[in-house]
Amino acid sequence: MCGAPSQGRAGLEAVDLTRETVIQGCVRRDGAPVAAAYVRLLDGTGEFTAEVQSSAEGQFRFFAAPGDWTVRVLSAAGRGEVSLTCDRGLNEAELVLA
Amino acid sequence: MTSKRADVLVDADWAQEHLDDPKVVFAEVDEDVTAYDGGHIAGAVKLDWKTELQDQVVRDFVNKEDFEALLSAKGIGNDDTVVLYGGNNNWFAAYAYWYFKVYGHADVRLLDGGRKKWELDGRELSTDTVSRETTSYTASNPDTSIRAFRDEALDAIDNKNLVDVRSPDEFSGKLLAPAHLPQEQSQRGGHIPSAINVPWSKAANDDGTFKSDDELRTLYADAGLDDGRDTIAYCRIGERSSHTWFVLRELLGHENVKNYDGSWTEYGSLVGVPIAKGA
Repeated sequence: MCGAPSQGRAGLEAVDLTRETVIQGCVRRDGAPVAAAYVRLLDGTGEFTAEVQSSAEGQFRFFAAPGDWTVRVLSAAGRGEVSLTCDRGLNEAELVLA
Repeated sequence: MTSKRADVLVDADWAQEHLDDPKVVFAEVDEDVTAYDGGHIAGAVKLDWKTELQDQVVRDFVNKEDFEALLSAKGIGNDDTVVLYGGNNNWFAAYAYWYFKVYGHADVRLLDGGRKKWELDGRELSTDTVSRETTSYTASNPDTSIRAFRDEALDAIDNKNLVDVRSPDEFSGKLLAPAHLPQEQSQRGGHIPSAINVPWSKAANDDGTFKSDDELRTLYADAGLDDGRDTIAYCRIGERSSHTWFVLRELLGHENVKNYDGSWTEYGSLVGVPIAKGA
């Protein structure tokens, strides 16, 4: 669990989750959320697809497509990476920096 | 071809040393227009690409007179060195760079790595309000030798290098927008026929700095860019392709490189034009 509550569907009220593939989660280190980390989404071949900065609560969100994705974090606080296979709807990814 | 890198790109150390240089104006341009308010390079002015660099009625640039008024109000003079930087690996800063060149600003440069490198280095950001004395800025007429319009993009099929700099999934038609944005879009998915796909990100390191000239030359040569042909770069709305335009024309010194800022948002909405799908 993130230090902050999960975003859940907050902010997604206008998004059609039967069509969108949302990848979201939280960046943390030693249990605490990491703000302003650079969170990068890579496709199944490892190619850059998008990048956002985590919120004050460490949260990030992407709008992707069904398939294999990798989320990679670059921050002054450390690095982290997680791979996941996504379907339409909400996909949660938790990033722990080392 | 010799590198023009030193004339168009500054590193963070150079920037730090010139923070108090009266002839150097730093300007931040972000996709997230609230980023500046949370902290910016000391003394930097903010340029809002949506409200200040776009006409608010017609889908186009602001005109020459409005650009002059904008830069005058920001306190930017014709003889100032303007250093642009921003988030998203300098996408919108590169867009502003190209825009400044369209209107003929003599000395404009990008901060290598933009906000990201600055932050990763742990360099200082300021929340102080910045005010500069107004100037009387004079712009040139728009330089259309670096800006492509839709008919040129169509005519370029099989005739010129068309470089689609979006991600592979946008190029193939799987995604309609970069993945930090919702995908519900009206235009069709795919790319302009005969375009090669060289994602802008291949030209940058993870920290947002540009790769070396040798790496960049190899990148485009391997992707099949024909040095003997003119080039048009495009993406979705013209900001990522500004990044590649900067690489090809400003770093590598290619002549006749245009940015098609109408990009896929325009092309993918045109009735009856050819579209290619897949990799």
